Amino acid sequence: MYWKEIIRQMYDIGVGSVTIVALIAIFIGAVSAVQFSYQIGGSFIPNYYIGYIVRDMTIIELAPTFTGLVLAGKVGSNMASEIGGMRQKEHIDAMEVMGVNTASYLIMPKLIAAVFIIPVLVCIGAFVSIIGGYIASVPFGDLSHVDYIKGLRSFFEPFNVTMMLIKAVVFSFILTSVSCYQGFYVEGGSIELGKASTNAVVVSDVLILLADYIIALILTT
Amino acid sequence: MITAKNIFKSFDDLDVLKGISIHFEPGKNNLIIGKSGAGKTVLLKILVGLMKPTSGEIWYDKLNFTQLHHQELQNLRLEVGMLFQGSALFDSMTIEENIRFPMDMFTSKTKKQKVNRVNYCLERVNLSGINNKYPSEISGGMQKRVGIARSIVLEPKYLFCDEPNSGLDPKTSIVIDELISDITHENNITTIINTHDMNSVLEIGDNINLLYEGKLAWQGSKDDVLESDNDKLLDFIFASPFLKRLRGKALESNGPS
Repeated sequence: MYWKEIIRQMYDIGVGSVTIVALIAIFIGAVSAVQFSYQIGGSFIPNYYIGYIVRDMTIIELAPTFTGLVLAGKVGSNMASEIGGMRQKEHIDAMEVMGVNTASYLIMPKLIAAVFIIPVLVCIGAFVSIIGGYIASVPFGDLSHVDYIKGLRSFFEPFNVTMMLIKAVVFSFILTSVSCYQGFYVEGGSIELGKASTNAVVVSDVLILLADYIIALILTT
Repeated sequence: MITAKNIFKSFDDLDVLKGISIHFEPGKNNLIIGKSGAGKTVLLKILVGLMKPTSGEIWYDKLNFTQLHHQELQNLRLEVGMLFQGSALFDSMTIEENIRFPMDMFTSKTKKQKVNRVNYCLERVNLSGINNKYPSEISGGMQKRVGIARSIVLEPKYLFCDEPNSGLDPKTSIVIDELISDITHENNITTIINTHDMNSVLEIGDNINLLYEGKLAWQGSKDDVLESDNDKLLDFIFASPFLKRLRGKALESNGPS
């Protein structure tokens, strides 16, 4: 029963969000490449640094943070509305009368699914973002194909990928638990459900940014 | 048997229940009636454990429900079925999955046994053959009957029904009432029905409890209702001017006793 629900949640979160994550990632990579190209224009910094900067900015910061923020809006509000709707339609009461541990049955599958699938989305986002940087710079002559690849392969720190995955796991835990909490304890009617959904996004976003800072502080000093 | 002993419930400064003591007997339709705001729903939620009383005790036969440990409570839950006002069917599941849900969660029956039980329950509520439909594809009355099927799937000893007739036409209401009543009598279930439907009171009320402003104002059976001179009961039963006129005429035609 729980496994089936975990798989369903993984599918919903993963497949349901991959398009928006990829779309945002490609533009983030593109903008990073264009702006860095503009900033180093006329300086002595070699062009291949564009690839290097796009790679590291994406892996360390942009992919996990933007994905977390976007998913807080898409997945988080959906979770809060779904669970809040179940509360209002007495589905949760019905389960509790049956003896079902509702917190475990409704929240745990979402939490487990998110903690596993969101890091995958973050990896996809990082990959697509780097491709976005390539598309925005190489065809327009900002730098050559060889330089971009050289940049991507320069000064690579494997620990940065670990940092990205740590951030992804923490952010997915935050957005899922906050959103489920907001939905689970909703009281009242549709206005309160809307507020719970909004709170889920706002609180998740703030906590994700705070956690981002704390993780950066801990892992880089 | 379920017994409520001196139940008080307050929300901040508002006293909703003020010392309710009632015995709900097995094999009978125990009705809780009263105007909106009388405390019926709060009492039902306390009886079923969705709310804690401020003080007082609930006994399920020899078990003090208000002091049960987690495992004892889990075991007792398997003997409880509940029909909710809005049916509370899970939208994402088919009718069969909805009815099977308690068995999937708490029994180790084979799939075939579960499906057989689901089919029996659906047959019992006269809804055979709708296993693969979704709740949104059937009418409100059918949803209520599916709710009843789900509530009896684990063969409960105690059945709670919260406003089973709300939102239904009079004919469908009678069907639902008869179904609940038949199931109660057939299986000797302690059934507690929270209602303000007069047809239910007069058709299936084996043991009627009138709540008025958080207190128990009257107790009796459907046969006692028309003979009672309790002001609060009469005010509740004959609430509409038409019924008041009808009762006046009936009393006039009977003449002074």
